Amino acid sequence: MTMTALSPSLAQSVTAGFARKRRIAIAVPLVILAYLIYAAISFDLASLAQRARFDNAAILLSDFWSHKTHVTRDNRSGELTVAIEGEGKGTYPANLIPDWIVTDGDITRIDLGRGYSVTYDVAGARMIVPGYGTIDIRPVDGKPVLTAPEPIPDWISLAENKVSVTTDAGRFNYSRSKVETFKYEAGWELWFFTIDSPFFDKSFVELANLAIASPRIDPERSNFGYMVSEFWTNKMWRHGDVLWAIFETILMAFLGTMSAALISLPLGFLAARNFMPLGVFRGAVRRVFDFVRGVDGLIWTIILSRAFGPGPMTGAIAIAITDTGSFGKMFSEALENIDEKQVEGVGSTGANALQRARFGVIPQIMPVLLAQVLYYLESNTRSATVIGAIVGGGIGLLLTQAISTQKDWEEVAYYMVLIVLMVMMMDSLSGWLRRKLIKGE
Amino acid sequence: MASITYGAQPGPGPNLSSQQQSYLEMVRRKRMYGGILMVIFVALMASGWMTAEMRNAGGFWNGLPQLADFPAEVLTEAWDKRAIIPALIWEHVPALIETLNIAAVSTLLGALMAMSLALLATRGLARWPRLIPLFRRSMDALRAIPEIVVALVLIFILGGGPVAAVVAIALHTGGALGKQFSEVAENADLKPVEGLASVGANWSQRMWLGIIPQVAPNWLSYALLRFEINVRASAILGFVGEGGIGHDLKLAMQWGQGRYDQVVAIFLLLFAAIVLIDQLSDHYRNKLVKGA
Repeated sequence: MTMTALSPSLAQSVTAGFARKRRIAIAVPLVILAYLIYAAISFDLASLAQRARFDNAAILLSDFWSHKTHVTRDNRSGELTVAIEGEGKGTYPANLIPDWIVTDGDITRIDLGRGYSVTYDVAGARMIVPGYGTIDIRPVDGKPVLTAPEPIPDWISLAENKVSVTTDAGRFNYSRSKVETFKYEAGWELWFFTIDSPFFDKSFVELANLAIASPRIDPERSNFGYMVSEFWTNKMWRHGDVLWAIFETILMAFLGTMSAALISLPLGFLAARNFMPLGVFRGAVRRVFDFVRGVDGLIWTIILSRAFGPGPMTGAIAIAITDTGSFGKMFSEALENIDEKQVEGVGSTGANALQRARFGVIPQIMPVLLAQVLYYLESNTRSATVIGAIVGGGIGLLLTQAISTQKDWEEVAYYMVLIVLMVMMMDSLSGWLRRKLIKGE
Repeated sequence: MASITYGAQPGPGPNLSSQQQSYLEMVRRKRMYGGILMVIFVALMASGWMTAEMRNAGGFWNGLPQLADFPAEVLTEAWDKRAIIPALIWEHVPALIETLNIAAVSTLLGALMAMSLALLATRGLARWPRLIPLFRRSMDALRAIPEIVVALVLIFILGGGPVAAVVAIALHTGGALGKQFSEVAENADLKPVEGLASVGANWSQRMWLGIIPQVAPNWLSYALLRFEINVRASAILGFVGEGGIGHDLKLAMQWGQGRYDQVVAIFLLLFAAIVLIDQLSDHYRNKLVKGA
């Protein structure tokens, strides 16, 4: 009888339990969804579409994999300049101008490929667009006047003093002072050698031949040495400086992590219950760890850069201080979880406190310790990039500088590739060391 | 010990003595390796610090006495204006909430991304076993890109605002959590999955009902830890880029003297928030993992 009396209540409680679980299963996604909606409203997601500059995105993407050559004529002096990305460092001297530009007296013909071409002459400038016709611009009282097949499409923009044409093959701008044509080509130009270098525009075979068999260009040094130094000091890409910056970033991470580990190991003993019987003292050390961690790397970085100035040392100290807090906490927890038997065993042979720590404790916590240190080394390489942007050192600084010019996107792309490679390298290095040192493979 | 086992005569145990010798040899070699490693490490550290100091704008010993100058300057000014500090703290709470929102939303989105990536990249669970390497590599790539790179590029395109930071942190979180989630999922018991498969459940049902309940406590614990990390990251991104309390801090710092009361207010607010979140997440993680 009691059974029959109980079973409905058991069934009820199970059903109630299921119902509760089901309610939770529905409620959790609903709460998350509600929060995301709230966040979308508070982040003003609706107006994002208007604020977003998709033309910026297009510039950025095209710069990532291509470069543009500016062919500019000064309308007042008639002088023609051909420069990569319009930079002084990338300007072609008159005898090296690429063969898609033909100059004949006052007339300049620019072949943009696929039937597109631009001509500058005394009367003005003309662009031929296949499938559309000729866009003719001639100045009247200093203002550009456009003659083109009607209706004017929206890729030709007309302002009072400026006409710009954007096509797949290139861009063309005519203003009072100058007329310019941008031709886009794939690849990062001048990556190996700049125009002023004797090795500019040589194929790989020619370069190999120069390095091995040809007479010296500069009698002072071998061609190969000259080549390496020309590459290293490339004015456009500054490979030497960039590699130094990468090295600085890794240095910051290495010094910061290792110093933090060295400082927090003895402090970890002071914060562990089984090594520091004095509760007050132990608590004090722990509060120091909490404080250092709580203040956060950002604030340490600011304070330190006031005292030590910008540079990698400041970044390394900032990383060291922040991580001392994290390591201290982890090490003391690891120390509290050790097996006391080994320490007793070492102690029974008459070892003193230091020897007990060295031979009884360290071997036990070493795997945990090393794993954490190596993991932090990898993660700090990333942090060092950010910290470098704040303290002004390493690749982080170069990256923020390149981004703030808002035009050297090919350099940004180059740095991004290098940063990702650097982090992946540190990731596999720390993984390899972990396997090697901890598992003894 | 050795002399006892060998007995009185030194002769009869050549094998043992060679074993002992080789043991001692091994110990010597190990010590030598350890010593060499130690020397290399010390040399690296010393030369590293020296290089770092050389390339720094100010030297270590010159800077050390000035270390306390800036905090002292800030604190004296703030002490003079201590009466208005609570009001200033209150004023910056909205910025703190924005920073926390950035961290929370990016952790949520990142965790959702990590969930699917982890399940797709775990052996035995993957929907398309052949694509496991693809998903693993994509997680590695997501982890490798520092937040600041994505954030700065997105600020250029999106014209500022918190969304750039959210996307940047979420992408990184997706990669980092994905790896940890997948390590947890590897150890999950596959019997419930088989059971569900036998009653005709499809892949998402098998994962949702067979795997998620097993791994949820550990996944949540990792996600909480990541939230802690993301709060810091979002503050730093605000300082370098835009939005949240980091940006307020940068503005107050750039103003310099006269605004140090604001600097202290922001410091205090950020410190309190970070410590509180650390404590809470510590508490709940312990609860989740140990089930206490």
